[in-house]
Formats: sequence, structure tokens, C-alpha cells
Amino acid sequence: MSVQVWTWILVGVTFSLYFGIAIWAKAGSTKEFYVAGGGVSPLANGMATAADWMSAASFISMAGIISFSGYDGSVYLMGWTGGYVLLALLLAPYLRKFGKFTVPDFIGDRYYSNTARSVAVICALIVSFTYVAGQMRGVGIVFSQFLQVEITTGVIIGMVVVLVFAFLGGMKGITYTQVAQYCVLIFAFMVPAIFISIQMTGNPIPQLGMGGKIEDGTYLLQKLDDLHTQLGFKEYTSGSKSTWDVFAITLALMAGTSGLPHVIVRFFTVPRVKDARKSAGLALLLIAILYTTAPAVSVFARTNLIDTVSEKEYKSLPEWFKNWENTGLISWTDKNADGKIQYVNGDAVDGKPLFTDERGVNGERMVSNATTQTNELYVDRDIMVLANPEIAKLPNWIIALVAAGGLAAALSTAAGLLLVISTSISHDLIKKQIKPDISDKEELIAARVSVFVAVIVAGLFGIYPPGFVAAVVALAFGLAAASFFPAIVLGIFDKRMNKEGAITGMVVGISVMLYYMIRFKTGLKGLVDPLPESEWWFNTSPEGFGTIAMILNVVIALVVSRLTPAPPRKVTEIVENIRIPSGGGEAIDH
Amino acid sequence: MTDRQKAKAYWRENLRYLFFLLLVWFLVSFGAGILFKDTLNNFHIGGFKLGFWFAQQGSIYVFVVLIFVYIRLMNRLDKKYSYNE
Repeated sequence: MSVQVWTWILVGVTFSLYFGIAIWAKAGSTKEFYVAGGGVSPLANGMATAADWMSAASFISMAGIISFSGYDGSVYLMGWTGGYVLLALLLAPYLRKFGKFTVPDFIGDRYYSNTARSVAVICALIVSFTYVAGQMRGVGIVFSQFLQVEITTGVIIGMVVVLVFAFLGGMKGITYTQVAQYCVLIFAFMVPAIFISIQMTGNPIPQLGMGGKIEDGTYLLQKLDDLHTQLGFKEYTSGSKSTWDVFAITLALMAGTSGLPHVIVRFFTVPRVKDARKSAGLALLLIAILYTTAPAVSVFARTNLIDTVSEKEYKSLPEWFKNWENTGLISWTDKNADGKIQYVNGDAVDGKPLFTDERGVNGERMVSNATTQTNELYVDRDIMVLANPEIAKLPNWIIALVAAGGLAAALSTAAGLLLVISTSISHDLIKKQIKPDISDKEELIAARVSVFVAVIVAGLFGIYPPGFVAAVVALAFGLAAASFFPAIVLGIFDKRMNKEGAITGMVVGISVMLYYMIRFKTGLKGLVDPLPESEWWFNTSPEGFGTIAMILNVVIALVVSRLTPAPPRKVTEIVENIRIPSGGGEAIDH
Repeated sequence: MTDRQKAKAYWRENLRYLFFLLLVWFLVSFGAGILFKDTLNNFHIGGFKLGFWFAQQGSIYVFVVLIFVYIRLMNRLDKKYSYNE
């Protein structure tokens, strides 16, 4: 059977499964809608958290990015896992004890102020929307790649699917579909990795295969380092970012991870404080399976790619090369007219390839923006995971499986985010501020309407991506690190922290981060162009700047709080209470 | 011991655990994987340079272990102060 038939079958089967679960888990109350009734088992919650967490970026892009950046890619591996340690130790148990529905709930009550709550709602919306736009785009790309439909059609299919399980089931429906999605995505990621690891190193465990020996007796990583040196690339196991920047990016990603509202809200769904700790541990364990395999996939894919294409004749290349060239994600320009591919350090084209409609003498697609550098090959980083099974000549069903896995990853994250957005609107905004006497039933309707609106907006972002989406997704972490993370941690660990301190901290943190992002990364269309690297403050990249904005937030919060009145007695009692694990009971209804 | 003193003592022990666990968290990732990477890269385990291994594999394994150690410690602490449910 062809890849496409297999893809339709696997996508069809997995989607029917998700729909089935969504209908079975229909939510009847706001409590079920927001926190799945507060009765999810730690293992189910761990799996759902893992699926929620591992997005299209983790599944599709991460191994590809590491493949092309070697050691520098470690920032994502450490950053996106180390954050769970912070989450488990500093946030999850206490927020569970606090026992409300959302992060703005906590901020609003702890800082006894609706201003603080509003600032938190705005931060939550900014973070979640930038993040969800990337997911919808990811859904569109996977669909268009594997099912040969337009990206727009792909996004619309994705919107309908997310809507069904988020609309009907709320958090309850999402939690149980995410459990299924975790199983699909981890299976889809591991199977090709295991096959390729056996193929290249004879070891079925990719984590060990990565450090193993290849057929001729040399270590795989040694061979890859040698290949890189020969071709003029930086050694794979070294890296080119400065130590400080690696440090700053890793810390920003860690703090951002533990400050992301759609991750935190997970820990409101388990019955007891004890379960919140346990499910953070299980979530990280389940995530670590993918995160320790990904760098192995990167090494295999990188070595395979160089072996397959370097100095080979274009005409003799395997089918996959030309397929991806046809989709525009690979391009080759025969600069020295020898019919062979020279793949060395440098840019083959200026940015992304711009194809003309012509074909060259070898049958390759011509591009109009080739550079004068020696390198002739452009490979999009996002194809490494998707193309890897084809490059390694694995059977068609495995290639199709990867498509189903990518969709599971993108959809589960999108659903979790959309729920946070709708909760922010129906609960934090309508119930807590605009219309406090709203009945449970009306609030549930409001929640469903906001999911609907949020899906449409996210879908539009996916279809008409503003140029900055891709860049901004990575920065969502910086925004979360600069705003929520310090406010929550200080709220638990510093009894003296008051509303003045926390609000100033959050506002300054997120503003400075937004400013830096616009000034150095995205620019504002038609108004300002982003400044170059040489202008960075303290030699910090925009991705790493979250660390500086976070430190600024903490310092300002501490100083301002000491200069203004202490929080009322009632609030210090809340803090004393959340520090003790017992007596919380189930999630508080209100 | 009054409830207040008990809560205070519990919190102090909790903070001590957090300090040591976060110290390890910092040492394996920011220490071994980033700051001392170049020195550690002179040593090997299998085909891995040690610093590189910590950055892409080792730190993640330690993170998982850390959380489970934390769970055990806290469950014991909860029992000691009879906060367990």
C-alpha cells in the first residue's frame, strides 16, 4: 500500500478514537469543563500533561533544529524538561492546594486585587494565543504534506476536530483524548527511531545507539564530528552560541515552561496535593522518553543526510529527495556545474528558496535567489523528523505513522491552549469581573462560546500567519518567564509580597520582554525593523532575554513590596494554608 | 507543638529539601551541561563526550530522578507531621 493510503487509514482510525472519547466524556458542569471534575488519576493526568506539553514543535521541529545546530540545540532539551523540576518543586503542589481553576484565580486572590487578576488574564491571553497560532499552522502543514490538501483545508479540518472535543467535553474531554494522543504520538516517534538505531548501530535503544559504534568500528558521534569538520561546519558536539546565551536561553525556557498557563492548569485536575506532585513526576518521565530520543534522531538523521547527498550525483539520488524538492522544502543549485551536490557550511540561498518555474539541466528546480557561496543545498529543518523514515528506507506504514503522530501532537496542544483561552474569558473575565452572579449553566454556555470564538481566531492565524508567528512561538516562553513565573513563586515563598510589588513586577517584566522582542526579533511591520545581533543588550539573544526580564521582575517586585504596606492578615493566612498539604480536599467549587 | 509551630517546622524542612534538590538540578544542567561543558568534554562515556552527554541526555535523566526523590521525601515528611491524607 502507498504512503498516502496508509496515512488516510491511520489518521482516520486515530481521529475516530478521539471523537469517540470526546462524546463519552461530555462535560455537564463548569467544574468538569474547567478541571475535569478534579478527579483525574495521576497517571492519566501525567499522560495528558505530556501530550498537552509536546506540541508540533517538539514532535516535528525539535529534532530537526538539533540536527542542524548540534550542541546548541541542547537549550531546548534541558529547558523544556528542567522546567518540570521547577513546576513540581515550586508550583504544582501549592497551586493544587490553593484549589481554584486558573492562574489568574491564584494571582487575583493572592494579591487581593482585580487589577492583578486582569494583568494575569492579559498575560495568559498573549502567551496562549501566540502559542496556539503555531499549532494550527503545524496541523495545516502536516495535512498538506501527507494528504496532499491545501494548507487552508488542513487548518479547517484541524479546527473542526479541536472544536468537537473542546466544545463538548471541556477539560474532561480534552484530558481523556490527550491520554490517547500521548499513546499515538510516543509510539509514532519511537518506532522509526528504534528501527533507524538498529540499522545504524545495531542497538535497539536510540539513547544508547547515539553513543554507539557504526559498522566500521568508529563511534557515530566521532564520525559525525569528522564529517562536519571536513565540510566546514562547526563540530556537532561543540556549538557556536556563547556560553552565556546558552545559559540564558535554557533558564528562560525552564522558567517559561513552568509558567505556561496551559501546563499549570493541569495540576488543578487531580484530587490531592500528593497527586499533583506524583503527576508532575509521571509527566516528566513520559516527556523524557521523547526528549532523550530526539537528540538521537537528530544524530542519525544528520549522518544519514550527509552520507546520502554529499558529493553524490543529483540524478542518482533516491526518490524522497525529489519529493521534498517538489514541495519546496529542499533546493539544490548546481553552482559549479558538476552535476554533484556540494553540501558545505554556508547559505545556499538567501533565506528560503524562491523557485522559478524552470528546471535545470539535471532536472532540478531552479531558484532565483542562490548565493555565491560554495554550498549548493538548502534543507528545511522541519523535514528531518518527517523525512527521516524515508531517508532510512523504512516501510510505508511507519512513514504514515509519523504523520498521525504529528497531528496528535499538534491537536492535543492546541486543544489545551484553547481551553485556557476560553477559561480566561468565561471565568476570569465574565464570572469574576463583569457578571459575578452568573449561574453555573450560563457560565458553561459562555465557556463554550469562547472556545468557539477562540478556535476561529486561532484558525485564522493558521491560515493567514502573520510573519511573526514562528518567531513569536519560541518567545512565548520568555513572556511567561517574565510575567507569571515570578509572581506565582513569590506569591508562595514570600509572605511579605503584596499586590503593589507583584503587579509592578509583572507589568515591567512583560513590557520589557515585549519591547526587546519587537526591537530585536520581529520589528513592527512598516514602522521599525529589528536591530542586528551586534546591538543586543548584554549579548543576550531575544530567546534568552526572558531570563533578564524575569530577574528584573523579581528585583522590582521585592523592592516595591518592601516600600509599600504589607498584605492583609487574610492573605498571609492563605499563604500559610497553601504551604501545608492537608485539608485542601477536592477542588473548591464556587 | 501548636499547629503554627508544626506548620513552621514542616515548611523549614521542605525548604531544606528544595535547596538541595535545586542545587543538583542546577549542577547537572547549568553546571555540567553548560558552564563546565568544555572541561568535561575531555572525558568520554562510550561514544559521548561527557559535557555533551550531560547537555543532551544526562541532565534529563537526573531531572526525572529528582522529582521522584522529591515525591518520596515529601510523602515521608507529610507522614512525620501527619499532614498525609
